[in-house]
Amino acid sequence: MATMTRSSITNILAKQGILIAFALFIIGFALANNRFLAVDNVLGVIRSSAILGVMALGVTFVVISGNLDLSVGSMMSFSTIVVLDLHDKLGPLMAIPAMFAMTMCLGAFIGFLVGYLKLNSLIVTLGMLSAIHGLTLTYSGGKNMDIADKQGTWFGFFGRSDILGIPVPILFFAILAILLSILLSRTPFGRKVYAVGGNGTAATFSGIPRARIVFLTYVISSFCVACAGLLQASRSLGSQNTVGQGLELEVLAAVILGGASLMGGSGTVFKTVIGVLILGFIQNGLLLVGLDFYVQYVVTWVIIILAVWLDIAAKRGRLLSPIA
Amino acid sequence: MLSENTARLLKQGAIWGFIVLELIFFSVAGHFLSLSEGAFMDLDNMLLLLKQSAPIGIIALGMTVIMINGNIDLSVGAIFALSAVVLLDSMTWPIFDGLGDWVIPVSWLLALLTGTVLGAVNGLIVWKTGVDAFIVTLGSMLGYRGLVFMYNGEQPTSELNWTLVDFAEAQFLGLHTATWFLLACTLALWLMMNKTVHGRNAYAIGDNCDAAVNAGIRVGPHMLKNFMLIGFLSALSAVVFYSESGSVNPNDGSLYELWAITAVVLGGTKLAGGSGSVISTFGGVIAIQLLRKGLGYIGSDTETVNLVIGLILIAVLYLDRQLNRKGKEELRI
Repeated sequence: MATMTRSSITNILAKQGILIAFALFIIGFALANNRFLAVDNVLGVIRSSAILGVMALGVTFVVISGNLDLSVGSMMSFSTIVVLDLHDKLGPLMAIPAMFAMTMCLGAFIGFLVGYLKLNSLIVTLGMLSAIHGLTLTYSGGKNMDIADKQGTWFGFFGRSDILGIPVPILFFAILAILLSILLSRTPFGRKVYAVGGNGTAATFSGIPRARIVFLTYVISSFCVACAGLLQASRSLGSQNTVGQGLELEVLAAVILGGASLMGGSGTVFKTVIGVLILGFIQNGLLLVGLDFYVQYVVTWVIIILAVWLDIAAKRGRLLSPIA
Repeated sequence: MLSENTARLLKQGAIWGFIVLELIFFSVAGHFLSLSEGAFMDLDNMLLLLKQSAPIGIIALGMTVIMINGNIDLSVGAIFALSAVVLLDSMTWPIFDGLGDWVIPVSWLLALLTGTVLGAVNGLIVWKTGVDAFIVTLGSMLGYRGLVFMYNGEQPTSELNWTLVDFAEAQFLGLHTATWFLLACTLALWLMMNKTVHGRNAYAIGDNCDAAVNAGIRVGPHMLKNFMLIGFLSALSAVVFYSESGSVNPNDGSLYELWAITAVVLGGTKLAGGSGSVISTFGGVIAIQLLRKGLGYIGSDTETVNLVIGLILIAVLYLDRQLNRKGKEELRI
């Protein structure tokens, strides 16, 4: 019996470890600084995590299907620059769908290479990171992009305004998270994403169109990137062409922190949201207790490795790896 | 259908063929398009190209060893920056005041030690926890970069030592100091990978880890050594580069991991491990640098380089798969 209880405790810890850690963090920071849980602080943190979060939602699909997407950062720069440029040329009403179409074309191209041509996703998206960065610079001529008439446009709605006291980016993030969560956990398509990531060969033999599923995960990812670009552009109404640089790895860190395995087949949208919030609240909490801004990077490093290590340790039943 | 041997030869020679093609293309196109008077294949230009390849090149050589061993290291850019900070900052430490110019070798040693230790931390975590190297080094990429920023905030760290600059800008037999370092590393790593037990074991582990374990190879220590090696080489790259420039920004070296991996993959090394060669990586580094210089030479925007390199990387991956009969099993991390 004793071993039963012990293994079930380990089991609970392994499954809900990330939630427990999150709760401990919140309690710790709340005790250290009473402003931490103030409504405006909490809303501020979620609001500033929303852009990263929206991107992480899409990458969750890609990671669950057993692939990687390192191109989301430079793709986000691309969509931000494009929508700002088209805003002045076509007006906001036309600019947004045009930007979504262009970004999703890039996603479809990656999906074609990884899904149908079965090329290694790490290298393909690494190449696309570089290629899209070049595309953005060529498109913008290397210049920063600005909206000419910042006062007279409603384009700032997505990034700057509130509805019932809640900032629009948060609502956007929440609604997208709910929709994608339903898509992933309640539809046949979602089940197939898990099947392809869990065991691709078995999925193929059971008649799942593996190539098409992988293709679609990249289209979803690029859709989320386009949403993030829209939020970013709308919040700043002007942008450098390197705005998303380096975000791809932070996004991946959030997804992994949420417990998705890089091998594919596990992870949920909800856990990714938790991962994103952990990153956001740690950053905020460390600042509030008066630590240097950059300490958060070191803390994130430790947390990522601990989270993944404990997850693996619980699965194999021992702490240290059996590698000689 | 290509025979096994032809395919292998094609693949090994591909990167050099590509370099020759680049040289021809830029020489001919430059003849019509270039605004400058000098020829592209000018000797000084080529020597400069070798020198400029050195920082990424030295890291890419280490990355080859790591990838042959079946791992990956994303933290090289951060190790590069942290070693550079140690290198430049330690020269101004009061305890070294009495040393005069002898502070240079001491600072070099400190910087190289920093890199090796950081690499060892990565290696130990990968070995002892069993967490995938991709995740471990993704984390330490953030963590080490955080250390760089904590060291000096967002201020650049600067220290210009003229003896050091003279050394870095010296030319011996026509080649720059940095080039000599690159060539020496290539030779040393080639010898290590082909003539030592450690090198052969690294291939074996990357090819089939379970088989290597069953054959009695201790996998862990080999991985640890290779991570220490790439840490050392990242630091060496920083030493070579910052001896000359004398000032490091906290963001320096970011994206170096991506450039290094690109060079390694262009050279034909597999992500899955078990095959590849440092000589081909050397070719990959030269090919990328030629492309950068060449595109600038024929007057296209420097921005185009990113686009072209990205597309070439994907094309190489596609061609490689078409040529690689053995590669029916999917490449995965």
